[in-house]
Amino acid sequence: MQKEYQTITEISGPLVYAEVDEPVGYDEIVEIETPDGDTRRGQVLESTSDFVAIQVFEGTEGIDRNSSVRFLGETLQMKLTEDLLGRVLSGSGEPIDGGPEIEPDEERPIVGEAINPYSREYPEEFIQTGVSAIDGMNTLVRGQKLPIFSGSGLPHNDLALQIARQATVPEEEEGEDDEGSEFAVIFGAMGITQEEANEFMDDFERTGALERSVVFMNLADDPAVERTVTPRLALTTAEYLAFEKDYHVLVILTDMTNYCEALREIGAAREEVPGRRGYPGYMYTDLAQLYERAGRIEGKEGSVTQIPILTMPGDDDTHPIPDLTGYITEGQIYVDRDLNSQGIEPPIYVLPSLSRLMDDGIGEGLTRKDHADVSDQMYAAYAEGEDLRDLVNIVGREALSERDNKYLDFADDFETEFVQQGFRTNRSIDETLDLGWELLSQLPKEELNRIDEELIEEKYVEDEGETVEAEE
Amino acid sequence: MSQATESDVREDGQIESVSGPVVTATDLDAKMNDVVYVGHEGLMGEVIEIEGNITTIQVYEETSAVSPGEPVESTGAPLSVDLGPGMLDAIYDGVQRPLDVLEEKMGSAFLDRGVDAPGIDLEKTWEFNPEVSEGDEVGPNDVVGIVPETPSIDHKVMVPPDYEGGDVVDVKSGNYTVEDTIVELDNGEEIKMRQEWPVRSQRPADEKQTPDTPLVSGQRILDGLFPLAKGGTAAIPGPFGSGKTVTQHQLAKWADADIVVYVGCGERGNEMTEVIEDFPELEDPTTGNALMDRTCLIANTSNMPVAARESCVYTGITIAEYFRDMGYDVALMADSTSRWAEAMREISSRLEEMPGEEGYPAYLAARLSEFYERAGYFQNINGTEGSVSVIGAVSPPGGDFSEPVTQNTLRIVKTFWALDADLAERRHFPAINWNESYSLYRDQLDPWFEDNVAADWADQRQWAIDTLDEEDELQEIVQLVGKDALPEDQQLTLEVARYLREAWLQQDAFHDVDTYCEPEKTYAILGAIKTFNDEAFEALEAGVPVEEITAVDAISQLNRIGVQEEWEEYVAELEDDIAEQIRGLY
Repeated sequence: MQKEYQTITEISGPLVYAEVDEPVGYDEIVEIETPDGDTRRGQVLESTSDFVAIQVFEGTEGIDRNSSVRFLGETLQMKLTEDLLGRVLSGSGEPIDGGPEIEPDEERPIVGEAINPYSREYPEEFIQTGVSAIDGMNTLVRGQKLPIFSGSGLPHNDLALQIARQATVPEEEEGEDDEGSEFAVIFGAMGITQEEANEFMDDFERTGALERSVVFMNLADDPAVERTVTPRLALTTAEYLAFEKDYHVLVILTDMTNYCEALREIGAAREEVPGRRGYPGYMYTDLAQLYERAGRIEGKEGSVTQIPILTMPGDDDTHPIPDLTGYITEGQIYVDRDLNSQGIEPPIYVLPSLSRLMDDGIGEGLTRKDHADVSDQMYAAYAEGEDLRDLVNIVGREALSERDNKYLDFADDFETEFVQQGFRTNRSIDETLDLGWELLSQLPKEELNRIDEELIEEKYVEDEGETVEAEE
Repeated sequence: MSQATESDVREDGQIESVSGPVVTATDLDAKMNDVVYVGHEGLMGEVIEIEGNITTIQVYEETSAVSPGEPVESTGAPLSVDLGPGMLDAIYDGVQRPLDVLEEKMGSAFLDRGVDAPGIDLEKTWEFNPEVSEGDEVGPNDVVGIVPETPSIDHKVMVPPDYEGGDVVDVKSGNYTVEDTIVELDNGEEIKMRQEWPVRSQRPADEKQTPDTPLVSGQRILDGLFPLAKGGTAAIPGPFGSGKTVTQHQLAKWADADIVVYVGCGERGNEMTEVIEDFPELEDPTTGNALMDRTCLIANTSNMPVAARESCVYTGITIAEYFRDMGYDVALMADSTSRWAEAMREISSRLEEMPGEEGYPAYLAARLSEFYERAGYFQNINGTEGSVSVIGAVSPPGGDFSEPVTQNTLRIVKTFWALDADLAERRHFPAINWNESYSLYRDQLDPWFEDNVAADWADQRQWAIDTLDEEDELQEIVQLVGKDALPEDQQLTLEVARYLREAWLQQDAFHDVDTYCEPEKTYAILGAIKTFNDEAFEALEAGVPVEEITAVDAISQLNRIGVQEEWEEYVAELEDDIAEQIRGLY
């Protein structure tokens, strides 16, 4: 099927249109050779009996109407092998670390098939990230997709790195020898700057995490269209490692905003009817096809957990990218500008953050019996404290009742002691929950209406007084 | 999908172009909405446009590597579902292919393409107990026999609605497959346990009646403030994270319907898995049988093909109507109708149709109202009465209720449960905003509640609404001047309203006891708060300062009623305690 054509009729943005006389499959891979001998790869976006529309990954610069077009007769495949661990690849899956060529055990189409909901296993294994605001309040479990909603200039990368570094499943800590051997990180970078990339790579190398990682790098100056395949390559690799090789894979995708921009660019070039803010109408489906590739499968050891990072344009979570993401993912972690400027590390804003799978991943036998109650109570108390802050601005603290003042103190301490921990501190779930009890014990017992009475008797720290010191 | 009729595959066409889920074909002899098989792999699709020699098809499966020139076959029949015993306890994709059978056939946890499977097991035998004998005259939809399908549901085998009917000449009894003829009529019509019905047309019924029985949900805020009728329609719009899915799951678990059809339309895979794993372990509160015995699940997750997402709500409602014809009360949950609307938009934009508001097709409103109109309390043609209640979740982008899907839905439905991100953030669940929500069934349903629960049901509810309204107004002042600046009686009202919110409106879906609250308990909790209110105001009038009243120990126990299993005694004792302690103040 390697027929060659020199029939390009139109080049527009990232798209090339060519006439064909033999049928070409939808989604098929295309090679275009420019007169200078350069080879560009692309993919069929639309196929009719007389012409095809091709999206070129590496940019259309230098392509003219005399360039030759070759259809390879197959859809885009990822070369897969366990030896990928420790490698750094380009955004289109070619090695860029100077190492040897990849010798695949298997090749798989990158589009990926949907997991049959009947074959899934419900995720309920607690992952300890060592970050109190996540473990205590928005617990992550294996097989979940939990994005970080951030803004430009915020330390979301530090948070992602902290999670990648610290993530463990507590029960494994006992058999420390083989721990880590089955944990893998896949890092898919889309349109991030060289500096950010260096930050990640340095951290990976320093902590030795690289040997259990596969890195896909599409940098800010790499072709935008390539970004549409990078996450698919990363996820295909993740599925292979998880469901064939029994790894617990953590996939970090950054920055999804750049991915969506690339989608919009292609949509605009095809003159499609745009949806909200010019993003294509099928963006929900497209994002779902990425995010839904997280999960566990019955009868398989491994799992795919996703932490996509996205920067919300203008910190606006109603923007289509965070909005559609939130509808697909199982919760979200908000990184907040105000907390960041107060020096809280990590600046996680707990109130709008959410982990949908938390309820099934915590409790007796998983984390601790009191986990759900403590987290609920802290949410409610923090929310009340937040409300009162508005009031304080108007009437001043003196005008408030004693009860209200306690809630205000709670909200302050919650931020400076519970959320604040530094990007290098690793807190166990016990430490996190005990800290929670300490803070809650500032409030009168009667106020703890979301906690089981027996638990209050057992855990409430009496005579707390004014000084609450957190052991860090 | 119905494929049992090895339908006479007719004229071949050829693929002309492929663009995602939209394929055009030439020389295809097919009618509008016919099901076709596309390409060498036989991917299932549906005709959505015919223009001259060009037929446009939406394909229900992934189209990678499909190329022009491949064959297209028409089945000559519209998209239909298989109806018969075996649908309960099943889990289907958007075109009624059983997901467990697909897993087996594909030998993989991933969904492959080009695999088809009938909606109900064609080989399994069922015990058929005839209800008619030779010589009886039967007409369309008349029940000819009963199959005990699950411990809780008797499946009634009916004459298909498109049959003429006549005199019974032969009737069988015993174990048969759904393909065997069990009743024969004098005009030659053969009745089997299986029938087919095209998903896009409503099953006929005699008359739609005004519903007057509530669909009791076991959720305090729903039963207490915004009840839904059996045969009614409700919408749950809310931004992400506000608890749409949990509310839908709660309804699917606890609503007192005979049959529940749960449509996961563009939902998360893990959430569907939760349903699949949870439901078989749960008990139906009315019958005590496994919840799965009355449930039919349709799961088309967000990463499954978009065209099948468009069809899954129709598949669901057709199954619901079939059970309605048997005289059952059916509740259909669609989560989320926004995904369905977006699937329409996606297909429409691939067809390059002129877009309406926000890129949605101009026929969005028509499709939505067509769908919701299939709900109702019906007098069936076989003389029974049955209902289909539809509860649709809506996911408005950015939580903005002014967008087209929410607005067009609100024009049709009569119950509106507005979910609120603010409430969700402070973990007030269910996060249904009591100021924005409404139910137009209230007056219709009050007689039922008055007869079955308490004679002053409506009055007490009105008291709760008034108190909550007053709180809402007072809160604005509190925001400006602080609570302590209010007169004492208003401070007390705020305190009472707080208990209404915390003890009555809030309900913990994950607590074993609190997850289901019968209407009597809903009424009792409200009664206890009212007792506190009355005692407290009397004490206030007698000159007791408000701080002293609200500091009474027993009051905070109000928040614990929800989790009590033996709530009758608990409430009685608590009411006494409250009265005694408050009276002790003066």
